[in-house]
Amino acid sequence: MTAHVKMDAPDRRNRLDAMAQGVIGEPLDRSEGALKVSGKAVYAHEWPVEGLCHAVLVRAAISRGTVTRIDKAPVEAMDGVLAVIDDDRLLRNPAQGTANKAPVQGPRKIFYIGQPLAVVVAESFEQARHAAQQLVVETEAADAVLDPEAETLEHERPKGKQTSQGDLDQAMGAAAFSIDEVYRTPGHSSAPMEPHAAIASWDGDRLTVRASCQMLKYNRNELADALGIKPENVRILAPYVGGGFGSKLGIAHDAVAASIAARAVGRPVALALSRRQVFETTMRRSESRQRVRLAADAEGRLTGIGHAALVSQLPGEKFSEPVTQATHFLYAAKNREIVHEIVRLNLTCAGSVRAPGEAIGMTVLETAMDELAIKAGIDPVELRKRNIPETDPEGDKPFSSHMLASALDRGAKLFDWQRRNPVPRSTRDGEWLIGLGMSSAARVNMLAEAEAIVTLSAGGVRIESDMTDIGTGTYTVLAQVAAEMLGQPMQSVTTVLGDTDLPPGPGSGGSWGASSTGSAVFAACEDIRKCLAEKLGCVEEELTLKDGHAVTANRRVPLAELLADGPISVRGVIEPGKTSKEVRQSTFGAFFAEVAVNEVTAEVRVRRMLGVFAAGRILNAKTARSQCLGGMTFGIGMALTEELIHDPRTGAIVNRDFAEYHLPVNADVPQLEVDFLEERDPWASPIQAKGIGELGISGAAASINNAIFNACGVRVRDYPATLDKILAGL
Amino acid sequence: MQTDLTINGHTYALNADQRTTLLDALRQHLGLTGAKKGCDHGQCGACTVLVNGRRINSCLTLACMHDGDEIVTIEGIGSEEDLSALQQAFMSEDGFQCGYCTPGQICSATAMLEEVKAGWPSHVSDSLDGKPRLSDEEISERMSGNLCRCACYPNIVAAIRSASEASS
Repeated sequence: MTAHVKMDAPDRRNRLDAMAQGVIGEPLDRSEGALKVSGKAVYAHEWPVEGLCHAVLVRAAISRGTVTRIDKAPVEAMDGVLAVIDDDRLLRNPAQGTANKAPVQGPRKIFYIGQPLAVVVAESFEQARHAAQQLVVETEAADAVLDPEAETLEHERPKGKQTSQGDLDQAMGAAAFSIDEVYRTPGHSSAPMEPHAAIASWDGDRLTVRASCQMLKYNRNELADALGIKPENVRILAPYVGGGFGSKLGIAHDAVAASIAARAVGRPVALALSRRQVFETTMRRSESRQRVRLAADAEGRLTGIGHAALVSQLPGEKFSEPVTQATHFLYAAKNREIVHEIVRLNLTCAGSVRAPGEAIGMTVLETAMDELAIKAGIDPVELRKRNIPETDPEGDKPFSSHMLASALDRGAKLFDWQRRNPVPRSTRDGEWLIGLGMSSAARVNMLAEAEAIVTLSAGGVRIESDMTDIGTGTYTVLAQVAAEMLGQPMQSVTTVLGDTDLPPGPGSGGSWGASSTGSAVFAACEDIRKCLAEKLGCVEEELTLKDGHAVTANRRVPLAELLADGPISVRGVIEPGKTSKEVRQSTFGAFFAEVAVNEVTAEVRVRRMLGVFAAGRILNAKTARSQCLGGMTFGIGMALTEELIHDPRTGAIVNRDFAEYHLPVNADVPQLEVDFLEERDPWASPIQAKGIGELGISGAAASINNAIFNACGVRVRDYPATLDKILAGL
Repeated sequence: MQTDLTINGHTYALNADQRTTLLDALRQHLGLTGAKKGCDHGQCGACTVLVNGRRINSCLTLACMHDGDEIVTIEGIGSEEDLSALQQAFMSEDGFQCGYCTPGQICSATAMLEEVKAGWPSHVSDSLDGKPRLSDEEISERMSGNLCRCACYPNIVAAIRSASEASS
């Protein structure tokens, strides 16, 4: 049986609220938690596979050029070496998210320093690593293009990514208050804790790859296309993924090279990227140059918004960081000009890093709004509230829901925002200057096609999908949806994920995993409920399911009795429909931060930080909160330390490890507070839930940077706000 | 080369390349994949194990240097059926998301609590003498060698705090 739901109209039934089990939304512990805390969850590089050998990548030492010769023989003769491979199918860079086909391939032409050119296979990892270091690759270098702001570069302006409404120049001229500033954000690395890794094994023409991937439905097709084989012959297993944050959206070097190598040596091959290779060969977030123009009348109402972004990318890649994604709808203003420009560079491929677009676009826009608030002498919270649009300011579409004002009010109250002295340098704690800052949060909301099979049997419920859990809580929240709908205790629900043999989910990305796959599970459960109601001779709406029993009218029947003649299994399918187009869908929120800036050293410490978020129905208050903590901490990193630094001569990433690329550590993060606003968004999904994984980063860094200004009066427009930049203004 | 390792109370006769790190010996040779490889450079802490009771980065030491040492990995801290107080607290406080850094965090925290009991000061301790109080600031400072990109730091601190309060 299949239950197919197309999201063509809002679902205001709030069916989950009418259920009786009482688990939906509850802050339950993760279902797979015991496996993770005991070291028994099996990640990509950990499968016990017989006869495993090891592969290590060899990479380009120049930024652009061609490979003229690879001296394989001496390396092939080394101890334990099984093969040296420079197959034409090796990837230039990983596939972009949802690409569904192979990315650019071929190890002869070099496009960036660090590009994989060959793979060495040996009996042991130590032998493979040593041999890879000995392989001599002769190259012919060409001039590389490395500076995104070089004046000679051609700026691509893709049609459809530019918006012009009214006359911004005129609005700027007539404004009572205006801002016209240029801001910069550096490249970022997703830096998941588990490096990209794969174990590939062949059985005849059938390939099995244990890999660390976010989107299996697409990854299978990408891998098959890269190898030139049929997708039916590819199985990818990824039950546990050690973080992704965008870097594992598309198939990457590890899976493709391991598959090619395993075929060549006739044995299973494991290949894990080193941390340095993760930095240099998987996706980076593009650096950006952003010019923001804001024009406001005397009351602080925006009359004009201009946001022009310049980002970079390798030649031949479609994706470019959608910096202005939220600027289109966040604030009202009649005159608008949004510009998106791309330059082509010989740097590591640019791709999705947590909240591509909003992460840096919202951060810069919200820094500019703070500047405007100060110029106009209006409280920053109030300024934002004055500019919330009634409808989408670019097309008059209604919003599916709009919780920005509520989030701002709630946050201001919880954070005791009224305590803030608007005059910089007015609060002091010894040699520390204290400041408060805030910013709005917004991230577009998306629903994606998803399938899941739900089977109700006398023994409990089984959920199956190729959906992944990359730390997002998928195992737990899908089980909660089914447990609630089918009246089961959580321990009776088994969720099986991360296997391309199972029904295709949308994967983890774009914050759409839980709401989309959760909706597929919901659709299946509704049909199962109808079957049960039929067996009991009632209508589905009159059926109460709780603790493994069905209750209707005055009867209470064990479900096992109703299932005596066999289990009920339904394939649930959710398909996006008109609601994705008829209304503007976004999640909203607000960030508040308190920082201390050391007057002597310019060191910045985040003392308090609050995020208030509205993302529709929260499926699990504990796992959702943790995702927000993660986003806000990414925000702390963006604000203060994270920055990919390229050698201007070669483009090489200079800080390609954790000693030099500074993720926030435990001591950098205070006890963050997260608050969710109660919301049901009927347009978003039949479970009224929206995405939560990326909202917590979308604008977060601005609240910290704005707090730095409030503390010490130094405005940093070039992220991150490192000591040197602050010290110069103190 | 031959090395005799005592891990979680069991003796293993390891025959591996002398370049094999303790981490790779555990993961590739002995089937103990609880310790994770996050950076292989001692920068992330995911590979933390206990050697003679002290926490170390197992990627920064060769297996052959540990002949005769007592090694404890996450598998020796507590099994799925018999979790330690810290493991349980990590679950109830949601001290992890993807779970990859988690075994290292828990091994690290296990040894860290012993360091505090033994009176070792840290950068944020009030004084170099006397018994440090296990404030949130102390926990954060002492756990800063273990990175978590999912960024569960507040929950990790809460988990360690609650496990330590329960035991005292």
